[in-house]
Amino acid sequence: MRKTVNQKAWFFILPVLVLVAFNAILPLMTVVNYSVQETFGNNEFFWAGLIWFEQVISSPRFHDSLIRQLIFTFSILAIEIPLGVIIALAMPRKGMWVSVCLVLMALPLLIPWNVVGAMWNIFALPDIGLMGYTLNAIGFDFNFTRQIEDAWFTLLLMDVWHWTSLVVLLAYAGLVSIPDAYYQAARIDGASSWAIFRYIQLPKMKRVLTIAVLLRFMDSFNIYTEPFVLTGGGPGNSTTLLSIDLVKIALGQFDLGPAAAMSLIYFLIILLLSWVFYTLMMRNEE
Amino acid sequence: MRTRWLIPTVYIIFLMLPIYWLLNMSFKTTNEILGGLTLWPQTFTLENYITIFSDPTWYMGYVNSLIYVSLNTVISVAVALPAAYAFSRYRFLGDKHVFFWLLTNRMAPAAVFALPFFQLYSAVGLFDTHLAVALAHTLFNIPLAVWILEGFMSGVPKELDETAYIDGHSFWSFFIRIFMPTIAAGIGVAMFFCFMFSWVELLLAKTLTSVEAKPIAATMTRTASTSGYELGLLAAAGVLTIVPGAFVIYFVRNYIAKGFALGRV
Repeated sequence: MRKTVNQKAWFFILPVLVLVAFNAILPLMTVVNYSVQETFGNNEFFWAGLIWFEQVISSPRFHDSLIRQLIFTFSILAIEIPLGVIIALAMPRKGMWVSVCLVLMALPLLIPWNVVGAMWNIFALPDIGLMGYTLNAIGFDFNFTRQIEDAWFTLLLMDVWHWTSLVVLLAYAGLVSIPDAYYQAARIDGASSWAIFRYIQLPKMKRVLTIAVLLRFMDSFNIYTEPFVLTGGGPGNSTTLLSIDLVKIALGQFDLGPAAAMSLIYFLIILLLSWVFYTLMMRNEE
Repeated sequence: MRTRWLIPTVYIIFLMLPIYWLLNMSFKTTNEILGGLTLWPQTFTLENYITIFSDPTWYMGYVNSLIYVSLNTVISVAVALPAAYAFSRYRFLGDKHVFFWLLTNRMAPAAVFALPFFQLYSAVGLFDTHLAVALAHTLFNIPLAVWILEGFMSGVPKELDETAYIDGHSFWSFFIRIFMPTIAAGIGVAMFFCFMFSWVELLLAKTLTSVEAKPIAATMTRTASTSGYELGLLAAAGVLTIVPGAFVIYFVRNYIAKGFALGRV
């Protein structure tokens, strides 16, 4: 759409700016402030320079959390995006079943995150949980509170359960926006269903899939409540993702300096990776 | 492909299983839960639900959550409307940068902001109020609402605005009487997503409240740690947190799928 230049439009976005600035800039400044100071209690702060940043960047604990975080995020992206597209492709386009599917599929998205964690905890318990019990009954030695692989399996399955629907909804929205004429043309040309997917459906879904990847990336990188309630970061530290580690340092140990430095590094990683995703996925868009 | 319906069906069954298990557990007595695995309640009890509805520390949790979620939804959408209009209709100095900066707040990890938020809202005297949580959640809901609304507004031709001005409408008269009804679907979708992300968030809501505005999710986590293994009660509370969401989805089911699709990145 052609837009007119109007500097007074700033007044329209003023309320948004004031609110977001209050919520984003003031706390962020607090974090920056802590990240360069040392405190020995009594509200006395001393300039510490960049030692916290150096400490965090070189700490094996941070490396481990970051690696776990990256494994988690890329695993769920690799599962949820293709799975979501497959389900969206198989969904009915018309009729009463569309509403039924959409309502049931959207349900996990509206469950509070701690309830999701608690629900999966109960579901996966080896003695009284349906999944844990069944897995043990058919011969697997499954115990997610003791074994690292089982904890990861449960964590990934929980996230797939929780968020694949978001990808489905987005992909589906992209699919229903394709006019019937496209399919008719393809049929006349005798296109295979793979060709229809590759040259009609996928390009049309590109924009919504970009949104899906970005949202899933950001949200999975920030994930805290569900794994915290499910496994508490354990067994050991095996499912301690970045946010869990950060909260442990900031609110558990009250190490404000290192926590603040870690926050900033964490935030920068998300910004950087989001930007990389965005540019990569939009590069071919002319 | 005649077996295509199998894929969504299997997926939905997979989605329903944990929910069924939670529902199943909420109707059991503690003894039965700890006694072993039963596929449905042997001694059906409503005791857990009765406890929740008769104990103010429980049911006030739901009231508190609903208050701050509604407050947040109203605030977010109200301030996002004019902003989205500005982004969709006008070019101005730094418009693209501001839009992107807004979106970066959607990326901010709540864990990063928990402690500074606690200090900030304590300093301004809002700690443990519904308003504090509502305002804190605008951090990620305003960007989202602006993003969605901007997409819907860009779909409305500019001629509508121009015709209205020629007809003698003032800006606000046009905006409220003509423009807002035109994008009603978009407002619905934006409100749905604001409701959703505020309803499910726990970390900030828990950090910013202690007694007066304590959300249901916090009541649940505290119960889980203090009163030991009352799984039935916890399951019942969990089931009740799903209900408001289910209602909201039902009302906006025809718009959910379109919500993000029309937004621009």
